[in-house]
Amino acid sequence: MNTLIAITGLGIFCLLFEILNLRKGIIPFTILGLLGVLALNFSEFGSTESYYNNMIAVSKFSTTFSSLFIVLTIFLVALSHNFYENHPTKISDFVAIKIFLLAGGVAMVSFGNFAMFFLGIEILSISLYVLAASERLNLKSNEAGMKYFLMGSFASGIILFGICLIYGAMGSFDIVEISEYSLSAELPIWFPIGMILVVIGMLFKVAAVPFHFWAPDVYEGSPALTTALMSTLAKVVAIATLYKLISALNFIPSLENQDHLATFENIIVIISIASMTVGNIMALRQVNVKRMLAFSGISHAGFMLMTLLSISTSAGVLLYYTSAYALAGIAAFSVVLYVCKNQDNEDITNFHGLGKTNPLLAAILTGSLLSMAGIPIFSGFFAKLFLFNQTIEAGFLILVIVAVINSIISVGYYFKLILAMYSKEPNQERTGKPFLIYGVAIISMTLNIVLGLFPSLVLDLLN
Amino acid sequence: MNVSLILIILLIGAFATYLVGDKLASKVALFFSLAALGCSVVLTNHFLAGESISLINAWITQPKISFALNADGLAIAMLLLTVALTPIIIFSSFGNEYKNAKGFYALILFMAFAMTGTFLAADGLLYYIFWELALIPIYFIALIWGNGDSEERRKAVVKFFIYTLAGSLFMLVAFIYLYQKAGSFLIEDLYKLNLSACEQLWIFLAFFLAYAIKIPIIPFHTWQANVYQKAPTVGTMLLSGIMLKMGLYSVIRWQLPLAPLAAKEYMNIFIALGIAGVIYGSIVALRQKDLKKLLAYSSLAHVGLIAAGTYTLTIDGLRGAVLQMIAHGFVVVGLFFAAEVIFRRFETRNISEMGGIRIQSPKFTSMFLILVLASVALPSTFNFVGEFTVLYSLSQINVWFAVLGGTTIILGAYYMLKMFQHVMLGDKNAKTFADVTINEGISLVVIIAVLIFFGFYPKPITDLITPSLETILNVINKN
Repeated sequence: MNTLIAITGLGIFCLLFEILNLRKGIIPFTILGLLGVLALNFSEFGSTESYYNNMIAVSKFSTTFSSLFIVLTIFLVALSHNFYENHPTKISDFVAIKIFLLAGGVAMVSFGNFAMFFLGIEILSISLYVLAASERLNLKSNEAGMKYFLMGSFASGIILFGICLIYGAMGSFDIVEISEYSLSAELPIWFPIGMILVVIGMLFKVAAVPFHFWAPDVYEGSPALTTALMSTLAKVVAIATLYKLISALNFIPSLENQDHLATFENIIVIISIASMTVGNIMALRQVNVKRMLAFSGISHAGFMLMTLLSISTSAGVLLYYTSAYALAGIAAFSVVLYVCKNQDNEDITNFHGLGKTNPLLAAILTGSLLSMAGIPIFSGFFAKLFLFNQTIEAGFLILVIVAVINSIISVGYYFKLILAMYSKEPNQERTGKPFLIYGVAIISMTLNIVLGLFPSLVLDLLN
Repeated sequence: MNVSLILIILLIGAFATYLVGDKLASKVALFFSLAALGCSVVLTNHFLAGESISLINAWITQPKISFALNADGLAIAMLLLTVALTPIIIFSSFGNEYKNAKGFYALILFMAFAMTGTFLAADGLLYYIFWELALIPIYFIALIWGNGDSEERRKAVVKFFIYTLAGSLFMLVAFIYLYQKAGSFLIEDLYKLNLSACEQLWIFLAFFLAYAIKIPIIPFHTWQANVYQKAPTVGTMLLSGIMLKMGLYSVIRWQLPLAPLAAKEYMNIFIALGIAGVIYGSIVALRQKDLKKLLAYSSLAHVGLIAAGTYTLTIDGLRGAVLQMIAHGFVVVGLFFAAEVIFRRFETRNISEMGGIRIQSPKFTSMFLILVLASVALPSTFNFVGEFTVLYSLSQINVWFAVLGGTTIILGAYYMLKMFQHVMLGDKNAKTFADVTINEGISLVVIIAVLIFFGFYPKPITDLITPSLETILNVINKN
């Protein structure tokens, strides 16, 4: 709870800095502030309390995921310095929006009431709409913002409708009350229908097939930093919330009581297989790196959804997978930001010969791509290992085999980028070594490898 | 003595090599590889003195994965092969100039680190991690420092990478499945499992995919010749000398003991696949015009025979296979190095453009001849011991296997001697051929000395490996 208040306060401070004309101090101040918030969040770790009539319920799950969100936001804010160099007057707005977005995310994982859940989603989504369209004079960015807004409002509408049905069935918005009712033998059919609608809305936010159509266009059109944010922070927030939604409402046991569990599991299996397959196959053909990472994100969403199949035990695995994926994503995007600065597009040709002109960043991008492809010793490998282990234990061997085949396909496009960096001749000179981009890239890569060497650090937090 | 010391030396060596810069990189790499060799020799002495060399540290609690290394006779033999060949390979590259040499030599040491780990690991997942780690350095070595058209090289290398990764991911699924059954990845726990015949078949096939691609066994060999040709010679030596032995070693260490019923049931099929590789490799080698490609196909033929030997499940077959793995490792490195020596002078790999070397450089000719003869398993060379034992074990299963497998010697003699004739003999070539330099000579002499010494006296290696092979056979035959 304190975390949420502190984050919101920090966002307001960012806006105040604008008035006080202290723009230069915004980024260091925000990073320091976020580190403080992170410490505050750690102090809440392990406590389970609820605030304001159970509007906000702090639990181990919410604090660990909030920490992950805060860490990701620190990286994203640090990258802002270089990215908004040419728009110094707007930097406070952009940073403040990111902080508010974080507040939305924290609200989403620590909701104790559907009202809070919906508020969180809207805070997160509206911030994203604004950021997607934030390159005001770029037609593509406007298109991305508009598309995302239209599709996103439909998704919000569906979620809202689902919540109404759940209220109709259970007579309450409160998670604890609903979860108690949901175990009773006789349930109105509106409850599972409402839940499915809410799940569909969340799958839209996660960008899982068949609710993924917005993602490639929006990722490509948005400014690169926003794309980084969407594919790391926003995706992680959405999947964590979906996980919490299904586990906290006792949705799985209630389905079991009604003999609908097999249907639900089949749906998840199909969506998961469809997401990874469509995402990977589409990614193979892309020449734009942002678009490629969008499709790669869709396929990773398919992997993350596999955790829903063993919901009682897989919280640690989900945390590990999302951390590994998001850290690799941050490292990859920081290199993309560096390479594609002052370029009109993010095509693969921009990366030609990076291995010669800038071996360090090329190595970091290689590492993050290898991590996403699931090569040891990067954390992406262990994420996949734990996930496969968990899923086989739950009895879905075929799903794991499909996932393995997809991992092989994914190597095809990740290596396209690696090949471009190492086997092509450089075609442009880049000068300058932006300190913050290097810092973010190095730190996130180091964290990735540390997670790979000591997976228990994160994995055991939620077990 | 702590067995992880060797791994640490190689890993630190890789970083140190990268940090000292391009000029000193090759020497630092050589130093660390020799240090690893020294350590391994000391370790072997400890082992022979009866000390048990193993190490188990808990690493990940849930799922239970431990950092477990264990050196039995078999693992030590493979360890010695790796750490003995690494300095030879590094030293043999001294005549070449590489751009960005620090990266190049660091990757070689890193690869040696990963391969050593593969041979020593006693935990399924740790083994898998080392197995995959070995893939990354060779990918970059072949991609960045390889030769030929860069577009074709890219295709060959990516095909290689995706092939091998595809195979090993199915092995990973098999390991996870075994873990669910055993509750641990430790090799001794996995050995204790009693799986049904159906489960064993699937596990056997998953492992087979990984190993058949790595070794390679027909029909999974299509990546091999192109990669051998396109990779720099150092990369080819690492691949053919050590890396494919990872596959053969893993068959003995993991595949056969974990799925013995399947191995016995379908033994003939897998032996036949190995023999098919022998015949196919030999016939294709007959038609090769590129020296490196010819050696690649000859290597395919020889490892086919080794694979057939492992699948016989007899002590002779396994022992012959391990002996031949070591012998083949040395001889193939020697042959590829000889090809490199010729390339340094003639700047071609095309056999028809060579010839007339004997007149100009008698020393090199005699060394090359010994290597060729060793490769065709002439008695008194190490390869003879290995190949003969394998053929003997095949004849115990079915005499036709031995007859067909024996073609490796007949056809091998034919294409190798024909190659020798075209490359070395003939009238004086328009291009001059300087005799071997001292550096080149040292590498070749060391390899030849090893081949001849163990050809006459293979007992130390047989004594080293036999007890552990017997233990593995006991596991295979327990039910």
